[in-house]
Amino acid sequence: MKVYIRHFLQKKGWKLIDMSMIKTKKLTFEYIHRDEEGNVEGITKAVDGVDLDIKEGDFIAILGHNGSGKSTLAKHMNAILSPSEGTIYVAGMDTRDEKNIWDIRKNAGMVFQNPDNQIIGQVVEEDVGFGPENMGVPTKEIWQRVEESLKAVGMYAYRKHSPNKLSGGQKQRVSIAGVLAMHPKCIVLDEPTAMLDPQGRKEVIRAVRALNEVENITVILITHYMEEVVYADKVFVMDKGQIRMEGTPKEIFSQVDELQKLRLTVPQVTLLAEECRKAGMPFSKGILTTKEFMEELQCLLS
Amino acid sequence: MPIILNHVNCIYEEGTTMEVAALKDVNLVLQDEQFIGLIGHTGSGKSTLVQHLNGLIKPTGGEIYFNGEDIHDDDFDRKKLRSQVGLVFQYPEHQLFEVDVFSDVCFGPKNLGLPKKEVELRAYEALKMVGLEDEFFYQSPFDLSGGQKRRVAIAGVIAMKPQVLILDEPTAGLDPKGREEILNMIRDLHEKMKCTIILVSHSMDDVADYAERIIVMNHGEVFLDGTPKEVFSHKQELEEIGLAVPTVTDIMHQVKELGYPVDESVTTLSDATDALVNLYHNVKKYY
Repeated sequence: MKVYIRHFLQKKGWKLIDMSMIKTKKLTFEYIHRDEEGNVEGITKAVDGVDLDIKEGDFIAILGHNGSGKSTLAKHMNAILSPSEGTIYVAGMDTRDEKNIWDIRKNAGMVFQNPDNQIIGQVVEEDVGFGPENMGVPTKEIWQRVEESLKAVGMYAYRKHSPNKLSGGQKQRVSIAGVLAMHPKCIVLDEPTAMLDPQGRKEVIRAVRALNEVENITVILITHYMEEVVYADKVFVMDKGQIRMEGTPKEIFSQVDELQKLRLTVPQVTLLAEECRKAGMPFSKGILTTKEFMEELQCLLS
Repeated sequence: MPIILNHVNCIYEEGTTMEVAALKDVNLVLQDEQFIGLIGHTGSGKSTLVQHLNGLIKPTGGEIYFNGEDIHDDDFDRKKLRSQVGLVFQYPEHQLFEVDVFSDVCFGPKNLGLPKKEVELRAYEALKMVGLEDEFFYQSPFDLSGGQKRRVAIAGVIAMKPQVLILDEPTAGLDPKGREEILNMIRDLHEKMKCTIILVSHSMDDVADYAERIIVMNHGEVFLDGTPKEVFSHKQELEEIGLAVPTVTDIMHQVKELGYPVDESVTTLSDATDALVNLYHNVKKYY
């Protein structure tokens, strides 16, 4: 029944808002340090009592400085790590139950920071086919999925190329296609653009937004780059393993001082508007794009 | 004495079907004590260029002069060159290897054959220079945070007391605060050590705030070379080769296009704020 409702809604272009994709309850993860003899030296709480509820079709961004716990949290989302305390449900399945692990990883795919660490095929299309092949998808369907996925990230023209001749942004898009070919409901991207140049960053973010808007895949984007966050439905800011701020990009970026305390910053255009506001120009809070800035400026000057 | 590049060419795999020209007829004079930003997108030749400066790659054509001598002359001391032109690679923390921070920084000066006392003094100074507290000196470098590790790696190069310090993407992968801290540290280094800094970066915003001269590379050629103001006044040319001007410069260009009398060549946040606030008050006064 649910499936029918979803298809109906998707046809109408509506998002089903009450389906929970990822839900955590008091999620805690501890790293235990041991000395050479195996005695416990200390415990670090990398994730500390996080409550999250991410709905299907959402575009979520997670911000936080180096060491704030965002990557540890992300690794719980496809059961690479299992919580020390609390629970996490991915598409309604508890990640601590070993039986669920394969289903969870089918539902939630992950893309990592370094493009060179996640490509294994000698040819682009082979690499993308690796995931569905491992899942036991029939050969004919694998090729279909490879074609669809490569088209979705705009890399179909490169299907016969060798991955090591591609640019960083292209490699990352191939990695995303590889996840996409497994038909996940959700993609977790852990700083996918950190090692790319501005051009590559743009390509990857464009591909990710298309997945969310066109294919209605839930996206969880972890990043340091504030400019990449402005398109998200909701932003979470982490510090010391806890969620310190949450809201729409506008709500988050209007709190410039608060963000700076958490070792983050805001997009440069937001900062410019903020500085001008302090100097007596009545800009509104939380301007996110150059376009918005110019529109307000024109109003102010006329 | 400056580094002079005279018609430098670099062709990889020359004479094969894989032939690629990474540098084409590069002529540059890198003056002493300048803070230079080197910009270009992936594959533009920036990394190839900096590896020429300390002789890691030999040009296939042209000469490079350091202190007036051709660095590829037979009697030139290239070992000394490498201590005087320090190169900090991308992700330099991957090269840390010693058991504690202090020994790691000692490794460079020790290999210069300096007496032990001098080595330790230099290591101490270098660690202070990058702003690392004493409490970290005898910790394993692998227990430090990302930003701290990077500082240790940079200290390892500074301890050689180079005349020229080249940093390849020193802020890659750091959070915004960490980026700012590293860049401020480099600025301090430049002021205290009076050395030439060459900062290789993709980020126009970073380079605009810190460098006094910007060199833009494209397809192995020097595309633009000048002060940030001069370089960023070529907005259209930069956009054509896939680079963008800093956000504030872009905004000022747009304001100018609307017909307001502003200086579109500003490159820093504070200058742009001043310009806009001035404009605002002038317009208000007028009406």
